[in-house]
Amino acid sequence: MNTDLTNPKDRADGSVLSRRSFLVASSAVGGGLLLAATIPVWARATPGLGAADTGHQLTIYARIAPSGTVTILAPNPELGQGIKTALPMVFAEELGVAWKDVVIEMADYLGGPMGRQGAGGSMSTPTNWMPLRMAGAAGRQMLIEAAAATWKVKASDCSAEDSVVTHGPTRRTLSYGALAERAARLPVPDLTKVTLKDESQFKIIGTSVLDPDKARIVVGAQPFGIDVKVPGMLYAVFQKGPVFDARVKSANIDEIKALPGVSHVLVLEGSPRVLEGPTRGPADDGLHHGVAIVADSWWRAQRARQKLVIDWDEGPHASDSTAGFNARAAELAKQKPESDLRVDGNPDDAIEHAAKVVTAAYSYAFISHATLEPMNCTASFKDGKVEIWAPTQNPAPGRDGVVKALGIPPENVLIHMIRAGGGFGRRLMNDYMIEAAVISKQIGAPVKVLWSREDDIQHDFYRPGGFHNLTAAVDEHGKLIAWRNHYVGFARTKYFNNTAVPALDCFPAGFVPNYALRTSRISFNMPVGPLRAPGDNVHAFVFQSFLDEVAHAAGLDTIEFNLTLLKNPLPGEGAGKVGGNAFAPGFMASRMIAVIERVRDMSGWKDRSRLPKGTGMGFGWYWSHLGYVAQVHQVSVDANGVITPERCWVAADVGKHIINPTNAVNQMQGGVLDAVSAALGQQITLDKGRVVQSNFQDYRLLRNRKIPQIDVVFVPSDFPPTGIGEPPYPSAIPAFCNAIFAASGQRVRKLPLSEEKLTI
Amino acid sequence: MSYKFQVNGIERTVDVEGDTPLLWVLRDTLNMTGTKFGCGVAQCGACTVHVDGKPTRSCQLPVQHADGLNITTIEGVGASRIGKMVQQAWLTVDVPQCGYCQAGQIMAATALLERTRNPTETDIDNAMSGNLCRCATYVRIRAAIKQVASQLEG
Repeated sequence: MNTDLTNPKDRADGSVLSRRSFLVASSAVGGGLLLAATIPVWARATPGLGAADTGHQLTIYARIAPSGTVTILAPNPELGQGIKTALPMVFAEELGVAWKDVVIEMADYLGGPMGRQGAGGSMSTPTNWMPLRMAGAAGRQMLIEAAAATWKVKASDCSAEDSVVTHGPTRRTLSYGALAERAARLPVPDLTKVTLKDESQFKIIGTSVLDPDKARIVVGAQPFGIDVKVPGMLYAVFQKGPVFDARVKSANIDEIKALPGVSHVLVLEGSPRVLEGPTRGPADDGLHHGVAIVADSWWRAQRARQKLVIDWDEGPHASDSTAGFNARAAELAKQKPESDLRVDGNPDDAIEHAAKVVTAAYSYAFISHATLEPMNCTASFKDGKVEIWAPTQNPAPGRDGVVKALGIPPENVLIHMIRAGGGFGRRLMNDYMIEAAVISKQIGAPVKVLWSREDDIQHDFYRPGGFHNLTAAVDEHGKLIAWRNHYVGFARTKYFNNTAVPALDCFPAGFVPNYALRTSRISFNMPVGPLRAPGDNVHAFVFQSFLDEVAHAAGLDTIEFNLTLLKNPLPGEGAGKVGGNAFAPGFMASRMIAVIERVRDMSGWKDRSRLPKGTGMGFGWYWSHLGYVAQVHQVSVDANGVITPERCWVAADVGKHIINPTNAVNQMQGGVLDAVSAALGQQITLDKGRVVQSNFQDYRLLRNRKIPQIDVVFVPSDFPPTGIGEPPYPSAIPAFCNAIFAASGQRVRKLPLSEEKLTI
Repeated sequence: MSYKFQVNGIERTVDVEGDTPLLWVLRDTLNMTGTKFGCGVAQCGACTVHVDGKPTRSCQLPVQHADGLNITTIEGVGASRIGKMVQQAWLTVDVPQCGYCQAGQIMAATALLERTRNPTETDIDNAMSGNLCRCATYVRIRAAIKQVASQLEG
């Protein structure tokens, strides 16, 4: 199949590939063929990753050795989402190499040629899908041409499969390894004109492949960031302020210096925080104020910290509290909103004259990322250059922060990206990287900075809390005619953090004639940032729960109520135009409808009245990061508010191919439970400007008990594959909460559930 | 002060302060980094090792109390039949996502199966609920344990 740039289905990935796409092929050092494909860089910024780069970007870098081994450089960091395996699978598929011949190497951050090399927003798959296929197909074409030239036959009589080129008429074969050198001397094909594989012939895409790191993980041999050790390395802890932005006035430095193993005690002056602006994302890569203790072992540094006494200038936020925020939110809810972000029709009028009006206030707490591997980084500064080993999701702003903090040129910063023990958005920020670089420079030795769990919980970039004051109106037939939201959110500046405020096109916008999104701001000073499915991870809870509430008030089946809404968009809406990007179309109601119908049928929704008393089913759907997901959860709730999750059914449309099914199912199941975990007990609260929670005894994650069976079905569609890290999360929370309502009659309007006297 | 104990069947002597948790002796003194730091307060289970066969949070065991004990870590647990089977099941079922907690999970699961060849759901809850997985791979952790149990039955 040729890539048809005019075909709407391929437009999504094809249109971004102009004639400027090209492949560079050359002889590899040590023999063989080196392939490097370069493509124009994306037109659209990725949420959480900042603005898009301009110019060209290396999309693949691969080497075919004379031995036949194909080494593929993985550009994007691995945090457990599986991208280190998935992208090479796409390239290997088109190259026609046997997967057993593939070796994947993690790239360093190259500082530009491979783009930002970030992992976030479930964007690695959609942005790389077509470029990797084209690059692989071009490589295959060169190997076939090399074989044809060797045999002096027509290339069209040859085919390639499993790392071997075969001449059809004579059945002669040559291996890729044997052909690599000759292929390296051939002219390079135009990337946009290569012939892609017939997708029905895929042999690697769609098969379950195990990330080779996992064989090392199960025997304790896979290095994570925390495991890095370099010669002469010292260990550091960095005590940050109890109140955000607190500054060190004085500390008992001499006493700490005298403790066993301690070599340095440094008072570090932080950099000013970069706050939200009209366009800037949250990546906030400055240095905190604080005191660093450097010792010959981490334990000695950590033990010395117990004796550290710092006199802080706590600044103007030392009396901030969650109770104060809640009181302010209640005041604002009663007042006229500050701004109208979107108003369609006349919602106030429609609500005033409606047959039925439903009003509810929803809210949710701040939460922390709490990756199990605490923040850490190792840096070695020497002769004006710094080498960094970082478990980061987003090396580009880290590099920029290091450049600024150290006053050295970008080319003097080398960042190795080390497997990270979870990201969830936390490692889009690189504060730990800057700490390590600054401390290494000051002490003149390599250093590993490792945060304690308490550092980690109390110095996160939190998922912001928020308050939604909702009113909906239905007509006498139960049709939704108006929806009004007064969102009261947290803002450090004139602007909300871009992960806090609902998007203007958040459903049911575009599907209800009278709609209003109005906002008011609560001033605060907590660092905030993206967390898995930013924005959606809370807005799905609010909007899908409230829709359930409205359907219930109208006496309608909530699934049918949602389907009716989706089937009746306002003109021009719901047809792929809103919320898409260069790689995939925007929201298409038809795809969502198919997924909802699938989950309705697989869950036995219509028979739910037969469930025993105290047991119920709940439903939710959400379109998140280009993925369509709908879920039904079944739970029981006893008289004491103790919840038992019983079953979950999840249907998802993330395009026409599931690249690595074992990983995709793992991500879906984990995403559902991650969301349930957040809903159940996670919250960050402030008292006297300080984060109250400190470790897992009071920041509660879901534990391995009462784990429900989770059935996952992928509903294929005719669209390019999109990412899978974020989509399962948002709809899990309303499905779970709506199930609690069905089981117990208790409507959940506030997260976490522990605040509503519900536990697991 | 010097302390002597067995790690994975090999006698090791370390010279550190007695209150140093075994976790940091393993990781930073003996360069055995398979055992992970997650919380430092016995809440997450990432640092689980076996001490004389019992699953133990190494972040809570001062090395002075480890003197003379037999320690098994993730690097050595595969030497036992069940340990090896658990590691293999973790790959067959493809349990890990980020993988950071999985050393502790494997140590806890191995201890469970050494003790109880055919664990009930409640046995699994009790043995495994002290080990957090932030990626929430709990469905597959349970599936892998059951897979080993069924192999031990057969």
